[in-house]
Amino acid sequence: MNAERPASMPKVSVPAPARAGGASAAELIELQGLSLYYGATRALKNISFNIREKLVTAFIGPSGCGKSTLLRCLNRMNDLIDGVRIEGAVKIAAQDINSPEVDVIELRKRVGMVFQKSNPFPKSIYENVAYGLRLQGVRNRSELDAVVEGSLRQAALWDEVKDRLHTSGLGLSGGQQQRLCIARAIAIKPEIILMDEPASALDPIATSRIEELILDLKKEYTIVIVTHNMQQAARISDQTAFFYLGELIEYDTTSKLFTNPAKKQTEDYVTGRFG
Amino acid sequence: MMSAQESEAKDQRSAVRRRRFRAARFDWASFLGTGATGLATLLIIAILAIILGNVVVNGLPQLTWRLVSTGTASDMFDVHKAGIFPMIFGTTARVILMTIFVLPAGVLTAIYLTEYARMNSPFTRVIRGAVNNLAGVPSIVFGLFGAGFFVRFIGKGLDSALYPARAATVWGQPALLWASATLAVMTLPVVIVATEEALRAIPQGLREASLALGATKLETILKIVLPQATPGIMTGAILAISRAAGEVAPILFTGAAYYMADLPKLLHDQFMDLGYHVFILSTQSPNVDKTRPLLYATVLVLLCLTFLLNIVAIFVRANMRRKMRMLQ
Repeated sequence: MNAERPASMPKVSVPAPARAGGASAAELIELQGLSLYYGATRALKNISFNIREKLVTAFIGPSGCGKSTLLRCLNRMNDLIDGVRIEGAVKIAAQDINSPEVDVIELRKRVGMVFQKSNPFPKSIYENVAYGLRLQGVRNRSELDAVVEGSLRQAALWDEVKDRLHTSGLGLSGGQQQRLCIARAIAIKPEIILMDEPASALDPIATSRIEELILDLKKEYTIVIVTHNMQQAARISDQTAFFYLGELIEYDTTSKLFTNPAKKQTEDYVTGRFG
Repeated sequence: MMSAQESEAKDQRSAVRRRRFRAARFDWASFLGTGATGLATLLIIAILAIILGNVVVNGLPQLTWRLVSTGTASDMFDVHKAGIFPMIFGTTARVILMTIFVLPAGVLTAIYLTEYARMNSPFTRVIRGAVNNLAGVPSIVFGLFGAGFFVRFIGKGLDSALYPARAATVWGQPALLWASATLAVMTLPVVIVATEEALRAIPQGLREASLALGATKLETILKIVLPQATPGIMTGAILAISRAAGEVAPILFTGAAYYMADLPKLLHDQFMDLGYHVFILSTQSPNVDKTRPLLYATVLVLLCLTFLLNIVAIFVRANMRRKMRMLQ
């Protein structure tokens, strides 16, 4: 439909100084004093930290701590909610994504999202995966075929659905549906994939498949995942941020945060004493 | 160990309890409740059966091919000479035109209210209130509104704009177009409410998924929301057709003609209408006995036509649902 959208958010590679750290990955997302208000309620309080490229970063914390809200700040999904106001800055590749010159459509092409409840469109499996490309005006059948197959393969779903690509995506099992949603998200080659409790509605087997998939996707994508499941955070993430009542309590490498947290509150939560 | 006295007392108590399972007296409340509601239902069914039975029994023998396929050649009140094809044509035309007008207007309004407007802003609430009030306006008032607004204001305005030189009356008179537009205004609330319900039933997650893939709001509405809502929108259309097909009051001053020699050819022609013709036959006939069989037949045709227009819409909806179910 819109082959050429104003690309007001150029594909900026991460500035060189950030890469200077050598072995450590570059910082792709910077949160600077971010606060978010729902009307008068302050849901996020002055959050500042940086998320690194091509790592899995987990947001953990008890329900209502603001972790999903924060995740939705990263692709401006909170824009859809009336009465949300943001202070501070969210920078992706050094660009403030809330600045007026940023096109939210371009932003969302670069920052994909997988939701808690799998939400395939009531279309065929093929059309689900091709949806994002069709939005970008891709009509060429062989190009679409290639991307659909590639995305489904990457989402470890291809072998299960290759014979029924043109049947409904709603006919798949819960775990398959969620992998279809991941395939749909990676079909438009985002740089960052946000995952909001992607396995919380799935059984253990489907969950472990999603986790394997996340570890595999990390080679190419920067992944930010919200999870209620601390074992999951420990298994798949490199960095973990712990939130409580809208505040960032602690942010560190996952191994450090789970084995030797700096704050008592973090220790209490990860050891299951509260939350 | 239980003493004999105690166990005797217990026996008595359980006997009392056992006796209570049998109704001590006739349960009048239940009887009346069942009876009253049942009778009311029966009454409705009976009335419906009497109406339909009467119309079918008296109308069916009069129903001939000549009646439904010819015009009112020589005597519109004589069952052996009159035909009602122009009325069937006129009613069908005005219902189809009305559907063409009301669907876009109603669907667009509903999309605005559910997808664009803020949920509970005072402005949205005023619009919702207005829509609900519109549904409660008597249909004769719509007729007067149509005569004042469409015929006199828009029609006359068109005439003076298009033909300023000659004082021609082309659009500024009752016409098929204005009658259909008036009916569309009358049925607007039905379509708006049905569409709003259909839109609200679509999970927010689908909209979010589409937006998160870089779709604009309009793309999301066109590609995800509307295809899902079409069966609900069709329900609105069916309800609108049901309401409009038999209405006479809104078209009295806006387009229905007492008698026309020819079928309407253009949108600004007047037309004959089945419902209005029933009124004419029952009040204007010089010979009641000759007209009565014709009246029965006309009413039967009106009922069948309303039914048929509904069936068509229901069929279209079923077709859409089947297409959607293939994807679910």
